[in-house]
Amino acid sequence: MAKQSGGRNVLHISKRGVLPWYRAWAIRGAAIVLALIVSAVVTTALTGLNPLGVYATMIQGAFGTERKMWILGQNMAILLCVSLAVTPAFKMRFWNVGGEGQILIGGLATAACMILLGDKIPNWLLIIVMVVASVLAGAIWGGIPAICKAKWNTNETLFTLMMNYVATQLVAFMVIVWEVPKGAGKIGIINQNTCAGWLPQIGSYKYLLNILIVAVLTLIMYFYLTRSKQGYEISVVGESERTARYVGIKVGKVIVRTMMISGGLCGLAGLLLVGGTDHTITTTIAGGRGFTAVMVAWLAKFNPLVMVFTSFLLVFLGRGASEITTIYGLNHSFGDILTGIILFFIIGSEFFISYRLSFLKNTKKGA
Amino acid sequence: MFDFVSFFPRAVMQSIPLLYGATGETLTEKSGNLNLGIPGIMYVGGICGVIGAFFYEQSGSVNGFLAVMIPLLCCLMGSLLMGLLYCFLTVTLRANQNVTGLAMTTFGVGFGNFFGGSLIKLTGSDVPSIALSATSSFFRKSLPFADRLGAFGKMFLSYGFLAYLAIVIALISSYILRHTRVGLQLRAVGESPATADAAGINITRYKFVATCLGSMIAGLGGLYYVMDYACGVWSNDAFGDRGWLAIALVIFTIWRPNVGILSSILFGGLYILYLFIPTGTNLAVKELYKMLPYLVTIVVLIVSSMRNKRENQPPESLGVPYFREER
Repeated sequence: MAKQSGGRNVLHISKRGVLPWYRAWAIRGAAIVLALIVSAVVTTALTGLNPLGVYATMIQGAFGTERKMWILGQNMAILLCVSLAVTPAFKMRFWNVGGEGQILIGGLATAACMILLGDKIPNWLLIIVMVVASVLAGAIWGGIPAICKAKWNTNETLFTLMMNYVATQLVAFMVIVWEVPKGAGKIGIINQNTCAGWLPQIGSYKYLLNILIVAVLTLIMYFYLTRSKQGYEISVVGESERTARYVGIKVGKVIVRTMMISGGLCGLAGLLLVGGTDHTITTTIAGGRGFTAVMVAWLAKFNPLVMVFTSFLLVFLGRGASEITTIYGLNHSFGDILTGIILFFIIGSEFFISYRLSFLKNTKKGA
Repeated sequence: MFDFVSFFPRAVMQSIPLLYGATGETLTEKSGNLNLGIPGIMYVGGICGVIGAFFYEQSGSVNGFLAVMIPLLCCLMGSLLMGLLYCFLTVTLRANQNVTGLAMTTFGVGFGNFFGGSLIKLTGSDVPSIALSATSSFFRKSLPFADRLGAFGKMFLSYGFLAYLAIVIALISSYILRHTRVGLQLRAVGESPATADAAGINITRYKFVATCLGSMIAGLGGLYYVMDYACGVWSNDAFGDRGWLAIALVIFTIWRPNVGILSSILFGGLYILYLFIPTGTNLAVKELYKMLPYLVTIVVLIVSSMRNKRENQPPESLGVPYFREER
């Protein structure tokens, strides 16, 4: 819409064609730089600290030691996994904000297998059962809203959002059922002595397996979305359901199938968290990743390869900010403020990528 | 047996933040903006009120009128700024509403917890924790004769003024939406902005005003929570997931603020029902009871979409940015 200023100069906004990728990234880069400057001003205003020192501490916090690098990699892998999971749904314009719940349910299924089948079946079989159970649980959790969407056009954003809390409470319920010792209110490390159901460790690197799995997953998802028939169907349904119906795509089937993939991958993230990293389950194990992943996927314009970078950005901010808070004795939420500011700038910058601003001189002066 | 007289007031006190949030979100959604930043805005509203009250209490003498007005204005200002930010990003810059909303929630919750946790350190004052009991006492003041009216007084007259304000705002919003020209035009903007635009309605202005007003109303919910429900004590993350519950309530009430008054009490009741249900030693079942508000919302969501009655649907263009030249 054009903003008119007295009929003289007209600010005209029009849709751009596709920008070459380097110009688009130049705009995003400029937004990030601006965001860092604003964050620096905010930091100094609130805390009186030297912003450059704060940023140096952030880098220190993310990369400082080998251990910190591994944690960074691990957090990135899990966030990337969830982001990959929500991407096919988003490409279809299906707003799956239920990643949180799907992770929890996947984690819960994993924990259930570990606790109930822990010593009864051989370890290799147990791990296979865990993988199947977690993916299936996530797929079902994501599939329910999709079926309602396909059948009755139920609003998926709100439905998936509500499913998060149902999952949270279900986990809270099971945690009390399984708590060790009774009354502790938490499960503790599952199978600490036997390590049954713990995902295998590659050499001495605790997190390497998770990172490798997600790296492979990234490539698979890239080819699935860009090179496969199903990926194409997802794009068509996302662009226009009517077109999809016209060319003979069964829209309902695509919606349910895509959401089951989406939920299933979130469930897999739950498996990596419970079986591969924490070896326990709590209601906060997803840690808001279901929501952060929405932003990661969107910032990357749903390109799985770019998501490696955007998930790195968000994890770096989070890790760096937690270092600041410990070093300077600030509240840990300071990182959320910085993340928020940077996100606002990146979100805003998308406008300048998709639209062109031009000042049109109105020829009828003084009209 | 179930002690309804003590249950009801607690359900109401739980319901007020939800009612504020839901009324604000309903207005916002009627303009076609799905503001998932409401949980963050409620945090910001709450903490801005706390900051205002904190500085006022630190300054010495506390005057009743100012003690209420300062936090109230701070809260409204804070949530207004959040609303403006949301509108600027989604309406002016046409950003994706879900992403913007989630980013605002991250920011808002972080903002609230940061200041809640560091206000004392930042200002270098010598109080152990943020307990604004003086300010809170003004917010909690109920009618003097409420105690003397027994069960009736306890159930209906024992609340602070913000509780009644919430109901008044819900009724006014409902009236404006259903019975005035402004409300009709607002609904038109949410249903079909292109049509509304053709009819000469200023889409941008309606979206801005509705969303900012909605944010301010939602922010009051945060203020009520801190000042009245929590007795002026800010503790981080105490507000919890009430913001999301407020969004659930919007669906539950099928976008009607007046229905929200009773349903918010129902939600508030469901939220604390686990405290009143005798479960004996089985603590686990209580966790399942906490699921109820969300399950009920899901059922309403599915049933209303199954029946597919036009007046019970979300606004047609909810979540879709409007760009005149893209039609």
